[in-house]
Amino acid sequence: MKIALLSDIHANLRALEACLAHAAAQGAGRLAVLGDLVGYGAQPAEVLRRIRGLAGEGTVVLKGNHDGYAVAPPNQAHSLDQSGAAWTHERLDREALDFLAALPLTATIDAALLVHASADAPERWHYVDSERRAEACLDAACLNPAVRYVFCGHVHEQALFFRGAGQGLMRFAPTPGVPIPVAPHRRWLATVGSVGQPRDGDTRAMYALFDADRAELTFHRVAYDHLAAAADVRAAGLPGHLAARLEAGL
Amino acid sequence: MKLMAPGTVVDGFAVGQCLHAGGMAHIYQVAYADPSRAAPFPMVMKVPRMTAGDGAENIVGFEVELQLLSALTGPHVPRLVAAGDLEKLPYLVMEYVPGRTLQQLLDDSPGPVPAQEIASLGVAVAQAVHSLHLQEACHLDLKPANVLLRPDGSAVLLDFGLSCHAHYPDLLAEELRPAVGSPAWMAPEQVVGVRGDPRSDIFAVGVMLYELAVRELPFGNPQTRGGLRQRLWMDPVPPRALRPELPEWLQEVILHCLQGEAGRRYASAAHLALDLSDPSQIAVTALGRRLQATGFWAHFKRWLRAAGKHYRPSALPSRQLEAAPIVLVALPYRDVSDATLYSLRRAVMRVLGSAPGARLACVTVIDAAKAAGHDSEANETSLHRRYLGMLRQWAQPLNLDSRTVSFHVIESGDVAQALLHYARGNQVGIIVMGAATHGLQMQRLLATVPIKVAMAAPCTVILVKQALPFDRLAGEGEESEEG
Repeated sequence: MKIALLSDIHANLRALEACLAHAAAQGAGRLAVLGDLVGYGAQPAEVLRRIRGLAGEGTVVLKGNHDGYAVAPPNQAHSLDQSGAAWTHERLDREALDFLAALPLTATIDAALLVHASADAPERWHYVDSERRAEACLDAACLNPAVRYVFCGHVHEQALFFRGAGQGLMRFAPTPGVPIPVAPHRRWLATVGSVGQPRDGDTRAMYALFDADRAELTFHRVAYDHLAAAADVRAAGLPGHLAARLEAGL
Repeated sequence: MKLMAPGTVVDGFAVGQCLHAGGMAHIYQVAYADPSRAAPFPMVMKVPRMTAGDGAENIVGFEVELQLLSALTGPHVPRLVAAGDLEKLPYLVMEYVPGRTLQQLLDDSPGPVPAQEIASLGVAVAQAVHSLHLQEACHLDLKPANVLLRPDGSAVLLDFGLSCHAHYPDLLAEELRPAVGSPAWMAPEQVVGVRGDPRSDIFAVGVMLYELAVRELPFGNPQTRGGLRQRLWMDPVPPRALRPELPEWLQEVILHCLQGEAGRRYASAAHLALDLSDPSQIAVTALGRRLQATGFWAHFKRWLRAAGKHYRPSALPSRQLEAAPIVLVALPYRDVSDATLYSLRRAVMRVLGSAPGARLACVTVIDAAKAAGHDSEANETSLHRRYLGMLRQWAQPLNLDSRTVSFHVIESGDVAQALLHYARGNQVGIIVMGAATHGLQMQRLLATVPIKVAMAAPCTVILVKQALPFDRLAGEGEESEEG
């Protein structure tokens, strides 16, 4: 069975639809959404409606830090991350907010543990952006001996952490579209990238497809109408730099 | 792993004779167990030795080889048929390639191998290695036992257990790890743990050529870590110091491959193949003429510098190859205007400017019958000499290092086919040729050549239009343009 792993949609419905269509064409039989459904983007209510529909069909949906901010916007925004939370909050109805509030922080699908940030204290939103952070995340996840794979979002970049010939984890930058064998006798940690707000200079949406039967993981990049998504952000009256980000993929 | 008895059936494969029982794996002949199912080619099964006493490296080697064989294609690697589950019975079923290994060739011919034969073997190996590099893979364990020569003379590379492929996580990588590989053929950077530099493979090819030429290993076969670190500062004894009858060009090529710094070796295996395919064009430098081994003080200084060398990750193989293409410039040998020659030179300068590692092959295709018709006393050799001179003269204002340019006169009645054949055979990356839109009387005939080449070429083709009308050119001294 192939599982499509989507994370950090950030209220970007166009990118979400493009990734869902791509995953369907790749034969994905299951979906998992690794959090940060909202924040930054122009279409939080539309994205929520779409994902609640998917959740009703059995899609695993996790909570991200932005989902938490949207439920209870901080009185004083401590960071750029949090400043748009009130705007998002106003655009979501009670049911949508309740849905976000009830989302779990982690889930497991067979040998895979899913989490938005890091399996090591998920509620602390640690960024798995280094070998050391990956080590902590993987160690925590593997306290459950059945876990072989950890899939995370949050960092907006695609990476695969694996153990080479030595003790430490190594980081591998994947080539989009190339299936990577991830044999289950090893333990693997992947950050699947961001659907709705790429930050690596490539405007295409990111997601990953895990083929559990073949033990293969493929990182995908999907082109979508990012200029329209940026125009949506401007039309919604959100800060211009959020639109510029989508235009440049930065 | 115990030997399997002939007749054993594994996942639908009937195991036959054990062909090879090595330290790392057993290799069996196999066929499909279902007699109605014919195999498209003969097959072998490779089963890694994985009993309690065998190292974990064998298991990783199995994983790595599976990774590589699944990804690689082309005539220079055996085709993969199936793989067994690592948790149950790991095995790889692959194409059985008939032929003999370079090691068998060495064992069977105790006397010196003629230089020309070494060159042909080198071309075959370098082409196979280049095809691997173009696919983002580095072999990293090339040695005579892992190079198989098909009856047609082409080479197939075997045993990818220590290889790496830029599209997959390198399961053997680790910072500061002790080197993995075969000590005798290992490049200096591999000694300090660099994995993934295609020029490491070029070094290994150099060791093999040295073995063929001298019948000795250039660095011996060190068994200790300290012995292996000698690779970081030691030069091999020049082949001609041991066998003075060897041609200088062969020593030039071998020592060029064996440079300690990867950046001073051939920039790509295609460059090596290009040299060996036409030894008369190899520019012999002091390297090729040297008859003395490197002295103590030179080694001592390098030993001091080597002390600090350690692991660095390397660039993608394809990036390195992109920076070092073979550029073919096709020059008409007659009926060509000065403006065209000038424009071709300008175009080549631009291409070389953007790819400083490039290698330039200046080619002209002559029709011997017609060419001789121009000059009735000309024989073949003098014709070649004359046109080689013409090519050299054309290239002279480019001021290129003699190692980065070579000149080739090809005889053929079909210019386009000859150029295409040359480009394919030598892994040419860019062809530069005239668009033939000038107003010569031959235009209608010539115009078909660039079009034929552009349509069928295996690479980029740059069609150059003449930059200046002929009459204006005369006033524009070329020197100011080339400065």
